[in-house]
Amino acid sequence: MTTVTVNGRDHRVDAEPDTPLLYVLRDELGLNAAKFGCGLGQCGACTVIVDGKAVLSCVTPLLLVEGKQVTTLEGLGSVETPAPIQRAFIEEQAAQCGYCIAGMMMRAQALLQRNIRPSNDEIRAELMPHLCRCGTHMRILRAVHRAAHLMQTADASTGRRSTP
Amino acid sequence: MKGPVLDRRSVLAGSGALIVSFSLGEAFAQDPAAPKPPGSLATAPYLDSWIRIDADGGITAFTGKAELGQGFKTAFQQIAAEELDVAFAQVKVVTADTSRTANEGYTSGSHSMQDSGTAILHAAAQVRALLVAEAARRLDLPAENFRTENGAVIAPDGRRVAYGELVAGDWLHVQAQPTSPLKDPSTFRVIGQPVPRVDIPAKVTGGAAYVQDLRLPGMVHARVVRPPGYGAQLTACDTAAVEKLPGVIKVVRDGNFLAVVAKKEFQAIKAMAALAAAAKWTETAKLPKQDDLPRMLTSLPSQDKTIFQAGNAMVAGRKTLEATYTRPYQSHGSIGPSCAVAQSVDDAMTVWTHTQGVYPDRAAIAEMLRVPPASVRLIHVEGSGCYGHNGADDAAADAALIARELPGVPVRVQWMREQEHGWEPYGPAMVTKLKASLDDSGAIADWHFEVWSNTHSMRPGGAGSLLAAQHMAQPFAVPAAKPIPLPEGGGDRNAIPIYTFPNAKVVHHFIPDMPIRISAMRALGAYHNVFSIESFMDELASAAGADPVEFRLRHLDDPRGRDVIERAAQGFGWQKGQKAPPDRGYGFAFARYKNLAAYCAIASEVEVNRDTGRPRLVRAVAAVDGGQVVNPDGLINQIEGAILQSMSWTLYEAVSFDDGRITSIDWQTYPILRFNAVPDSVTVHIIDRPGKPFLGSGETGQGPAAASIANAIADACGKRVRDLPLTRRKIKAAIDA
Repeated sequence: MTTVTVNGRDHRVDAEPDTPLLYVLRDELGLNAAKFGCGLGQCGACTVIVDGKAVLSCVTPLLLVEGKQVTTLEGLGSVETPAPIQRAFIEEQAAQCGYCIAGMMMRAQALLQRNIRPSNDEIRAELMPHLCRCGTHMRILRAVHRAAHLMQTADASTGRRSTP
Repeated sequence: MKGPVLDRRSVLAGSGALIVSFSLGEAFAQDPAAPKPPGSLATAPYLDSWIRIDADGGITAFTGKAELGQGFKTAFQQIAAEELDVAFAQVKVVTADTSRTANEGYTSGSHSMQDSGTAILHAAAQVRALLVAEAARRLDLPAENFRTENGAVIAPDGRRVAYGELVAGDWLHVQAQPTSPLKDPSTFRVIGQPVPRVDIPAKVTGGAAYVQDLRLPGMVHARVVRPPGYGAQLTACDTAAVEKLPGVIKVVRDGNFLAVVAKKEFQAIKAMAALAAAAKWTETAKLPKQDDLPRMLTSLPSQDKTIFQAGNAMVAGRKTLEATYTRPYQSHGSIGPSCAVAQSVDDAMTVWTHTQGVYPDRAAIAEMLRVPPASVRLIHVEGSGCYGHNGADDAAADAALIARELPGVPVRVQWMREQEHGWEPYGPAMVTKLKASLDDSGAIADWHFEVWSNTHSMRPGGAGSLLAAQHMAQPFAVPAAKPIPLPEGGGDRNAIPIYTFPNAKVVHHFIPDMPIRISAMRALGAYHNVFSIESFMDELASAAGADPVEFRLRHLDDPRGRDVIERAAQGFGWQKGQKAPPDRGYGFAFARYKNLAAYCAIASEVEVNRDTGRPRLVRAVAAVDGGQVVNPDGLINQIEGAILQSMSWTLYEAVSFDDGRITSIDWQTYPILRFNAVPDSVTVHIIDRPGKPFLGSGETGQGPAAASIANAIADACGKRVRDLPLTRRKIKAAIDA
């Protein structure tokens, strides 16, 4: 048994230690957001945040995340109370099929947590590990900018969200 | 006669009569020569196939089409809400399910709005008319001055009857009429609005949104071990060690079909690797030489057909140009590999799948299982975007074949990345040869266009289209390829020019042999044909010393085509004789998809690094006319996506293979667009046509984007590359030549 902390809660997981975090999240914990895309760390669809950093969960074994803080898209907010990054993607309608989007959002979230005012070039560079096949890139970039703006506004107004 | 009930047929026919009753069975038999109702109502004419109203007023719209990320589920909800005069949120949309929805074949060819959207529009309008007539009958008033609002019929005296009170039983089980009392587009409240997509909130919060997210009680995980190449034979496989691995439930072998089932997903993956290592194959595939594709294609036996002729094709003008354009095999490249869940209960098989065609795929799977189609149910659940016939149907067949071996147990099959890349049916390689001449005035005097291509659809059909059925011990043969008939066409889609040329000839060389597995990929042959035509138009414009936009307008009569060209040019700031900044180029292209769906023109600015040859799309401006627009933001999203996806195909993508195996099996070996190459801006202008029929728009951008970028590259470096993809190496070689 291995203990992992996901979205602030400890889980005792009965999986072999080489099991990639992706399968622990999806199969043991029933979480949907992290997606299987390649299993090779080439597409970014499986991205989650571990101790504040964006991590490719499909190539990260369970062994390496024991005792660390794992955050998935589910841990950021919900349909009823969306986090700024989620609001931003909804407001920009930044998805077509949406399969790649959860991973994109997690890397963008990690970026915004360490730099709330990224430049356009910084956002593009950050998203390089991520593939989108529908061609939603323009909207994804706009959504990350919008999320940054929402987070800045929330900071400035002690946690209150702005309305667009 | 059963008493005084509403004659729904005469209401729909516009007489407003409310008196005659009849039995449902015989009353609606229609004259086969009579005009058919529009869209998919022609083949599924009962109104309750499209619209149902519950006693509590809840409304459901049904579509046989599959939501693939195009967003039409939201658009259909808008259409139904509009014509029924209810709030958007009051309508639910149910998508493709062989037990619940009409058979609308495949979700393909940009047909969803045209077929299903039109059916829902007219069905909803006819249902609304029935509701009004029934309310009038109950209130014993003439129906003329009734109106509808918020899910109720309102009498001139202000009395309201809720829709839910008016319907009962099979009240809407009535055949649609050829014409409908549609609302005046100027009164639309929901159609034409950029309503946010209904599926996005779940997708950005980790909700269950995809077939990959389906978790049925007791579900187990399977992985397939595919042969190393086409036609390979499994000669030996000692499964004993694999069966002892942790969690393994079963190894399934049926001829060359090999799979393993385990309790947990990663156990299945490990067992798959062990099983693959244990399997011994004999390989026989002889694939063509990848760098010799154009010669290979043009030398294969072909069925040749002149599909268009105008004037005298022997006429030649003063100045003659010739060019050959080529396209490699290209991958759909879904980000999520194909997946399906199947469960066999008491001889009834249910498959949850992201297929584009639940009915045809059901027929194929039933044939493979050698059971009646009625014992198989296919339920569409969204997958990763597919852009055509990817591994979805094959994964569904895999799941059904494995689930048959484990009665009662839901089996989830998830393809691995290398399986999707290596086994999906690719977009076919193509060759076009063009020849045209200019008259003394610089106009095109004659036009010759020849295209060599496989078919562009090997969709099931029959079981033989499914990998699992091909690999079984009693296999099904791959069906003979057939060309897709015009006017839509396959390899010849958009081969006939939309421009008016005094003398022209277009020949389609249909190649039945398929050395590489191929099928439908977004826009089919239109991608390459439009790339070819619109590249050649620029070559001719240049030879004529004419501006590319002006040159196109000079040869185009279609007023809606002219409008999109002018709108895109204006939005881009296109000016005759303009020069782009150093190392940059401007390009323009236009097409009407299939010559019968949406119009699209795209202007682009491209930067070319002369030292490396690397091209970058800097900005693109598109104009699109898709008829009546239902959701403008959805349409913009589709065109933006078309431009970026087509740019990726056009600049980077080619399936690779050696003598016997596909070698592009992941994102390293099949690179696509990444964020460093995303343009600075993409702008889409919509020309709305209120009240006009919906024109399919999902694929209209693919060809124009490719040619617009190619033309901009040629403008930037003064050299033209005609062999797709337009890689930096080819551009660099052209610059240096």
